[in-house]
Amino acid sequence: MIPQTFEYTSPATLQEALQLIAGGERKILAGGMSLIPMMKLRLALPEHVVDLSRVPGLNGISEAGSSVKIGAMTTHHGVESSPLIRAKCPLLAEAASQIGDIQVRNMGTIGGSVAHADPAADYPAALVALEARVHLVSAGGERTVAASDFFLEAFTTAIEPGEIVLDVEVPVEDKSEGYRYEKVPHPASGFAVVGVAVRVKKTGGKVTMARIGVTGMSSRAFRARAAEALLESGADVAKAAAAVGEGEEANADLYASSAYRRHLAQVYAARAIAAALSRAS
Amino acid sequence: MATTITKPETLVGKRIRRREDPRLITGTATYVDDVKIPGMQYACIVRSPHAAAKIKGLNAKAALDHPGVAAVFTGADIKDLGPVPCGASLPGLRVPHHHLLAQDRVYFLGHPVAVVVATDRYIARDAADLVEVDYEPLDAVADPEKALAPGAPAVHPEWPDNIAFTYHQDGGDIAQAFREADVVVKQRITSQRLIPTAMETRGVVADWHSGDRALTLYTSTQIPHLLRTLVAGILGMRENHLRVIAPEVGGAFGSKLNVYAEEALMAHISMRLNKPVKWIESRRENFLCTIHGRGHVDYYELAAKRDGTMLGLKLKLIQDLGAYHQLLTPAIPTLSVIMMPGLYKCKSISADIVGVFTNAVPTDAYRGAGRPEATHGIERMVDILAAELKMDPAELRLKNFVQPAEFPYATATGLTYDSGNYAAPLQKALDQVEYRKLRQEQSNARAQGKLMGIGMSTYGELCAAGPSPALPVGGWEGATVKVEPTGKVTVLTGISPHGQGEETSFAQIVGDELGVDIDDVVVLHGDTTLVQYGIGTFGSRGLSVGGTALYFALQELKAKVKKFGAHMLASNDVTLSGGTCRDERSGKSVSFAEIATAAYRGIQLPPNTQPGLVATYFWEPPNFTFPFGAHMVVTEVDRETGAIDIRRYIAVDDCGNIINPLIVDGQVHGGVAQGLGQALWEEAVYDDNGQLLTGELTDYAIPKAHFMPFIESSHTTTPSPVNPLGVKGIGEAGTIGCSPAVVNSVVDALSTLGVRHIDMPLTPEKIWKLIQGGQA
Repeated sequence: MIPQTFEYTSPATLQEALQLIAGGERKILAGGMSLIPMMKLRLALPEHVVDLSRVPGLNGISEAGSSVKIGAMTTHHGVESSPLIRAKCPLLAEAASQIGDIQVRNMGTIGGSVAHADPAADYPAALVALEARVHLVSAGGERTVAASDFFLEAFTTAIEPGEIVLDVEVPVEDKSEGYRYEKVPHPASGFAVVGVAVRVKKTGGKVTMARIGVTGMSSRAFRARAAEALLESGADVAKAAAAVGEGEEANADLYASSAYRRHLAQVYAARAIAAALSRAS
Repeated sequence: MATTITKPETLVGKRIRRREDPRLITGTATYVDDVKIPGMQYACIVRSPHAAAKIKGLNAKAALDHPGVAAVFTGADIKDLGPVPCGASLPGLRVPHHHLLAQDRVYFLGHPVAVVVATDRYIARDAADLVEVDYEPLDAVADPEKALAPGAPAVHPEWPDNIAFTYHQDGGDIAQAFREADVVVKQRITSQRLIPTAMETRGVVADWHSGDRALTLYTSTQIPHLLRTLVAGILGMRENHLRVIAPEVGGAFGSKLNVYAEEALMAHISMRLNKPVKWIESRRENFLCTIHGRGHVDYYELAAKRDGTMLGLKLKLIQDLGAYHQLLTPAIPTLSVIMMPGLYKCKSISADIVGVFTNAVPTDAYRGAGRPEATHGIERMVDILAAELKMDPAELRLKNFVQPAEFPYATATGLTYDSGNYAAPLQKALDQVEYRKLRQEQSNARAQGKLMGIGMSTYGELCAAGPSPALPVGGWEGATVKVEPTGKVTVLTGISPHGQGEETSFAQIVGDELGVDIDDVVVLHGDTTLVQYGIGTFGSRGLSVGGTALYFALQELKAKVKKFGAHMLASNDVTLSGGTCRDERSGKSVSFAEIATAAYRGIQLPPNTQPGLVATYFWEPPNFTFPFGAHMVVTEVDRETGAIDIRRYIAVDDCGNIINPLIVDGQVHGGVAQGLGQALWEEAVYDDNGQLLTGELTDYAIPKAHFMPFIESSHTTTPSPVNPLGVKGIGEAGTIGCSPAVVNSVVDALSTLGVRHIDMPLTPEKIWKLIQGGQA
């Protein structure tokens, strides 16, 4: 449980951090909830680690027009307990509150989580359902990537070499929306065996908008667009939920086979949709 | 002067908070890793990445050249040292020579191959990666039934059948029992491999003093004295030159009831380098290299009359031993055999054990050690019989219990149950859940399509290990009570508590017996130089055997105190109570502290009396004790996902008299947690190559606090006649009673689908598949 020797730098400014990572193979350390255990097991063997904890301006939550900006170094606890997020994007707070355990939530960060892109992480389901954008910065400039284009594969994102996650921008949820994050936590790791994030709007009895993000089921978080379309075209919850995971290959491990995982994703989608609908006004 | 006789307030029976806890919860306790000695070196162990391989070559040059590396030890360095000891003996037992480090072959994943010693633990770890080992991988087998199949890879080439031993035991007339039977039910039942997962991993500091040729070994162990004898044997050194200290031990559950290669290795290395050396096991190593528990595949047959009368029980027990015998490995399944009839009057038994070598870390004692497997077997079989006969499972149990008037009761397996009232805890549990009403509720729930289950287990335990002839080591225990000149009391106990709370419960006993304040009592343990030889803590023996030794030592001490008191009061008839020695006729008295002072001052010695106030007593138990109880679990299964919700958990345990109910609560809670772990979440899984797929806490699910149901814990009290305290033992009861109650409840929930048995752990997918497919 001792990592390989590595160089450690803790830059004091974003400029310094960007220069460091532009200079070659660097591993960025945010909250360290995934990187440090992997290093201790020598599954990750970085030669140079750049710790962002001293970089000013990366930690904080602010309202910017019709969205909320969450600095990359904001902890899960920070998100979960933020009055602004609870009021403006409650789905994200609900997902954050179910990440790992309290120790992990006190250390782990949203930037670290999205950059690591664990296929069983909780945030990505909520972020794709919220149509969030990931804001990246490099020595060459800044760019923004939609969450559904950001998570490419297990542990693979749209981040290019030299880029750092600056913040995550989450559009404000409409007050009338219903939302829900439902997950099956793995009994050992606490990661999502499946996790389903749902947002819905309804007028009368009719669903006018549905967004469904799914994590844990496949190699990346995805939007269950077929299920969304079914809901928006008046299908009942069971029928829509049964379409969740269509076209996606389901993961398998000791705890859950691919068939069971797919089934869980559908059951939990149905539960999350029903709960979200009951919250919608 | 009028005499008022007031019964002094007793400490025994009170919920006194554990005196050891403040240091544990404030981080001020000293564990092995807190031991720091000037000049100390750190060891890191190079371990096999293969479950079976030949070692064709080993090159340590790069490691030795690494700055800061003091030495690298390999198999060649230790080949003449004694093997890792197996303390159990069975007729015809095949015992592979268990070298401290692999010689030309490795037998399980994590098998130690070399030790790198360096000035700090980081250098040692880096240099371990520089040791080049040339392996030729071989076919491995990690499943005991596959290991028995013809053509399976041989774990040890000299024994191609992979059979370490076979063992047969019978009692009564099994053939006749099965002839007379109206019904025979059969079932294959497994008790999966478990990883004990103590919060503190193992660790050793060895400190050799060449000047006085003395070695101090700090190690996280349950058995410091036995370990001293055995490690001295491995090293070929004089036992009294070795001092073993078990500092604070952060959990063990049987996994530290052992002598491990690393303990002898560090001792040897310290002597070779003439420097102190420390090794702390990583969590990964703890998963790979500290013993596992359970590992049973059991084939049961239960014969009964149509009215439910149990006649005979047959068991074929396949024990996954792993690659070697650790201290008690082959003895554990024999404990399952002797406890196989449980609480029932089952007059005929027949059992056959096959002990099987596999390419896996050895199994050995883990909380309950053989009894959970036996209890799981019989309690599942009783439910299966009840289902077959369409009888209520509670009624079937009540019908077959050994009755209170039948104690001492001789079992078909050769044990003598000490005392019991087996119906009492079951009746209490039934009343508590309002059983009839609950069954009605269940039938309503079923009508609505709900999967609600009611399950019970009525378990029997074998504790207070035990009579020496019945154990591989002495089963007695010793205690010394020293009254210091100021009247303060020091207890030296040979048990080595590591969470059982005897620093508190023993002080309660002393306080009552001597009438001293509990804060004036200190209980010392875990140091072979400080404490007289002892056996240790395992098999729920701390209080029942160690506490009894203390009780008898206190009686001897009291006699001497009274002798001094009588002399000082010039009386020939004194009483000792409440810390005062009194002559009731004269009304004169002398305090306990005054007597202590006089005993050491040496001026007022009674005739033929030595100065000082010290008593030592070694107590040999005449029998085991047999606690029992009833656990009842109400579950609801989620039809869509297979997830299990425990709605109620009722534990009614009878552990005889209770010294400290708070400690007993803790033992019940912890025991149930580990029982739930086995029932619902835990399983050590090796793949066909002998790779451990559950090798980290991210994959191997131990119960977390928020997984726990509320435990409705209560007791019935049937004192044991085996010891004067009337205590039986509670350390393992929760674990033993739990798993069958949970499985019985879930099987009951699914019984309407035709499910008759489910093997542990009851993972949601397993349950979901049964719901999909019906039949188990």
